[in-house]
Amino acid sequence: MPSRPGMWAIRGPLSRNQYWLFAALGLLAPLALWWLVSSSALVDKVFLPGPVDVFNRLVTWYMDDDLTSDIGISVYRVTAGFALSAIIALPLGLMIGTFRPVQAMLEPLTDFIRYMPAVAFIPLVMLWVGIEESSKISIIFIGTFFQMVLMMAEDVRRVPLAQIEAAQTMGATRGESVRLVIFQSAKPALLDTLRVTMGWAWTYLVVAELVAANSGLGYSILKAQRFLQTDKIFVGILLIGLIGLVMDQLFRLAHRKAFPWLHLRS
Amino acid sequence: MPKISIQHVGKVFGEGSHRVEALKDVSLDIADNEFVTFVGASGCGKSTLLRIIGGLEYHTSGEVLANGQPVAGPGADRAMVFQHYSLYPWLKVMENIKFSRRLKHGREDITSAEVEAASGRADALLSLMGLNAAANAYPNQLSGGMQQRVAIARALMGRPEILLMDEPFGALDAQTREVMHDLILHVHKLEKPTLAFVTHDVEEAIYLADRVVLMAPRPGRIDTIYEVPLPAEREQDMKHTPEFLRLKKEILARIRETSGMKTDQGMLDQLNMEAAS
Ligand SMILES: Nc1ncnc2c1ncn2[C@@H]1O[C@H](COP(=O)(O)OP(=O)(O)OP(=O)(O)O)[C@@H](O)[C@H]1O
Ligand SMILES: [Mg+2]
Repeated sequence: MPSRPGMWAIRGPLSRNQYWLFAALGLLAPLALWWLVSSSALVDKVFLPGPVDVFNRLVTWYMDDDLTSDIGISVYRVTAGFALSAIIALPLGLMIGTFRPVQAMLEPLTDFIRYMPAVAFIPLVMLWVGIEESSKISIIFIGTFFQMVLMMAEDVRRVPLAQIEAAQTMGATRGESVRLVIFQSAKPALLDTLRVTMGWAWTYLVVAELVAANSGLGYSILKAQRFLQTDKIFVGILLIGLIGLVMDQLFRLAHRKAFPWLHLRS
Repeated sequence: MPKISIQHVGKVFGEGSHRVEALKDVSLDIADNEFVTFVGASGCGKSTLLRIIGGLEYHTSGEVLANGQPVAGPGADRAMVFQHYSLYPWLKVMENIKFSRRLKHGREDITSAEVEAASGRADALLSLMGLNAAANAYPNQLSGGMQQRVAIARALMGRPEILLMDEPFGALDAQTREVMHDLILHVHKLEKPTLAFVTHDVEEAIYLADRVVLMAPRPGRIDTIYEVPLPAEREQDMKHTPEFLRLKKEILARIRETSGMKTDQGMLDQLNMEAAS
C-alpha cells in the first residue's frame, strides 16, 4: 500500500494539529529561552528584563500611564499615514501599470525617491508641516507611499494580457477594460500589497514619533530608553509586533472573504 | 464579398537591429462561414496575422477588411479565443459567459425582454458546451478542457460573425482535443461564424478546415493553400482515410521544408564522435 508522504518530505503535508503544534513550538521556544536567560543572573535586569517584569510593566503602563491612549494615538497615526498613501497610490499604480507614458513619466522618479531615506526627511517635514499630528502622518506616508506605488504598478502589470484582450474583442472600451478587467484582476494582489506595506507603516511609526511627539508607543519606547526602563521598551516593541500581527491577520481574513475563488483549493 | 479580406499585408516589429519582418505581402480572402486553419513552423507569423485580423495588432502595410470595413482595432464582431489565461477567475462560469452583456448593460438601457433573451442565450450556450453543471463554479475549479469551453461560449455570447482562435486546444490532452474538435465543428454548423484557427497540429488543421493555409517563416508569408478533400460533415474515422493521410503527409513535409531547420548531418556526426570518444 502506498504510504502518505511524511511531513518531512519535500513540501510534504502537514495536518492542522501538526501545524499548530509547530507554530506553538516556534512561539514558545524563544519565550522559554528568554525566560531562562533572564532568570539565570547571567545578564543584568537593566539589559534584559524577564517575561514577568515585562508583564508587570504592561499592567502598570495600562493602570497608571494610560497605555490605551498611547496605543490609540499610534494606531491612528499609522492608519492615517497608511490610508493616505493607499488612496493616492492606488490610482497612480493603476495608471502606471496601464499606460506606458505614465509609467515612463513617474516610475523612474518614484524609483529614485524611494531610495532616499525617509528618516532624512524629518527635518524637512518639520520645517514644512510643523510638529503637529500631520508631521507624524507625513513621515509614515513618505516611508510607505513610494514603495506602495511601485508594487501596485507591478501588480497591475501582472494582469495577463489575454484577459484584457479578450475584453477588447468583446467590445470593451478602454475605461471598461480598466474598470472591469484590469482592476478586478489585480485586486487580490493589490490587497496583498496593502498588507505588506501596512507592516512597513508600523516600522516607520517609531521614526515618526521621534518628531516632537509626547504620546504613542514609539514615543514611549524612546522615552523609556532615556530612563533605562528596558522592560517598558520590551512592552512597546512586543505590542507593536502584536498589533501588526493582528492587522496582518485581518488583511488575510479580508482576502479570504473578498476573493473566495482564490481559496477554493489549498 | 469575402468575410475577411487580407490584402498585401505586411508587419514589421521593432526597428534597426531589432527589426523583424513578421509578415510580408500576405493576401487571403476568407468566405462567409468558411473554416480556415493556419499551420506553419514556429515564428512564421500565424499569431500575428490572427491578431491583426482581430485588431489587437496593427499591420504596417496593406489592408485588412472584415465585413468590407477596414480593421482599425478590436471589436465585438471579431471574437477571439486564446490558448491561456483569458477567463476571468473572479467571475463564475455563467458570469464569464455573460461578460459581453455586462459591458452592454453598463452602456445603455436594456429592456427586460433583452435581458431575458440574453439569459436564454447564455443558458443555451451553457448546454451546447456541456457546462450546465458548472454554471456556478469558478474557472479554477474546472479542467483545462472545460475552461476552454467556457472561453468559447463567452466568445460566442455576443454572436460574433467572425471567430478567431489561436491554438485554443494547444494545452489539452489528445482525448479532450478530439471532443473539442467535434464540439467546435458543431458550433460552426449551428452558429455559422467565419472561423480562422491557428494550430501546431496538422491533423487538427485538416480535420476542422475547409482550407488549410500553410505559412512559411523569415519573412512570414503564405506558402501553400490546401483545399481539404473531405465531406463537409466530418467524422473522426475520416482521419484514417487515404486522402486524409496523404494530405497530412504532404503538409508535414512542406512545413519541414519551409521551416529551414534541416537536420545538420555534419553536426550529428560530430556529436556522435564526441560521444564515442
Ligand atoms: N510583440 C512583438 N515584438 C517583436 N517581435 C514579435 C512580436 N510578436 C511577434 N514577434 C515576432 O514575429 C514573428 C512571428 O511571430 P508569431 O508569434 O506571429 O509566430 P507564430 O507563427 O504564431 O509562432 P508560434 O507557432 O510559435 O506561435 C516571430 O519572429 C516573433 O519573434
Ligand atoms: Mg503563435
